[in-house]
Amino acid sequence: MVTAVTSFGRSGLSDWLLQRVTGVILLLWFVYIGVVLLGGVDYNTWDALFERTWMKIFTLLAILSLAAHAWIGMWSVGTDYLTQRLLGTAGNMLRLAFQIGCGLAIFIYVIWGVQILWGS
Amino acid sequence: MRLPVTAWTSITHRVSGVILFVSMAILLWLLDVSLGSREGFAQVGELLSAPFAKLVLWGILAALIYHSVAGVRHLIMDFGVGESMQGGVLGARVVIVVSIVLTLLAGVWIW
Repeated sequence: MVTAVTSFGRSGLSDWLLQRVTGVILLLWFVYIGVVLLGGVDYNTWDALFERTWMKIFTLLAILSLAAHAWIGMWSVGTDYLTQRLLGTAGNMLRLAFQIGCGLAIFIYVIWGVQILWGS
Repeated sequence: MRLPVTAWTSITHRVSGVILFVSMAILLWLLDVSLGSREGFAQVGELLSAPFAKLVLWGILAALIYHSVAGVRHLIMDFGVGESMQGGVLGARVVIVVSIVLTLLAGVWIW
C-alpha cells in the first residue's frame, strides 16, 4: 500500500506542483550554464561568475530544487517498484533502505553544494 | 519487450532521472574542483579531454537532455495539449526525435 508518509509534501497535488516548479528552475539553471559553457570559459570568468551574489542565490535555488525534485522522483520510483505487492515483505524493507539512502545522498548534495558556493 | 512508444518514453524519463540523481555526484565534484583553484580548473579541462571521460559526460548530457525534453512535454500536457491517444503517441515521438538531435549536437560539442 502506498501511503503519504514518505512523500515530499504529504500530498500528491503538492508534490505534483513542486515537481513542476523545481523542474523549471533546474531547466533554467542548466540551460544558463550550457549557454555560459558554449560561450567558452577560462578559470577567471568561471570563478568570477560563481562569486556573484545572484549566481550563488540562483545556484543554491537550483540545488534546493534538486533536493525536492530528486526526493519526489525517487519516491515515485521506489513506491512503484520496491513494494510488498511486487517483492513481498522484503519490498517494504528494501524501499525503506532505498529512501534512507536517497535522503542521505540528497543531504550530502545540499551540504556539499553550500560548501562549494561559500566554502574557502 | 512490446510496449507502446508512450510507455517507452515514460520509463526512459524515469531511468534518466535516476541516472541524473547519481550523476549529480560527478557534476558537483567537477564544479567543486573547477572552482577550487586555477590548477583544479586545468585538471578538469585535462580530465574531460580523455576519451572515456568524454563518453561519460556525453552519457550524462544525454540523460539531462532527454529528461529535460520529456519534462517540458509533461508541462505542455499539463496545459491540456496532446492528451488524446493520438496526441500522446505524437508527443512521445517528438520527444524521441528532439532528444536524439540535441544529444548528437552535444556529442559534436564534446568532441
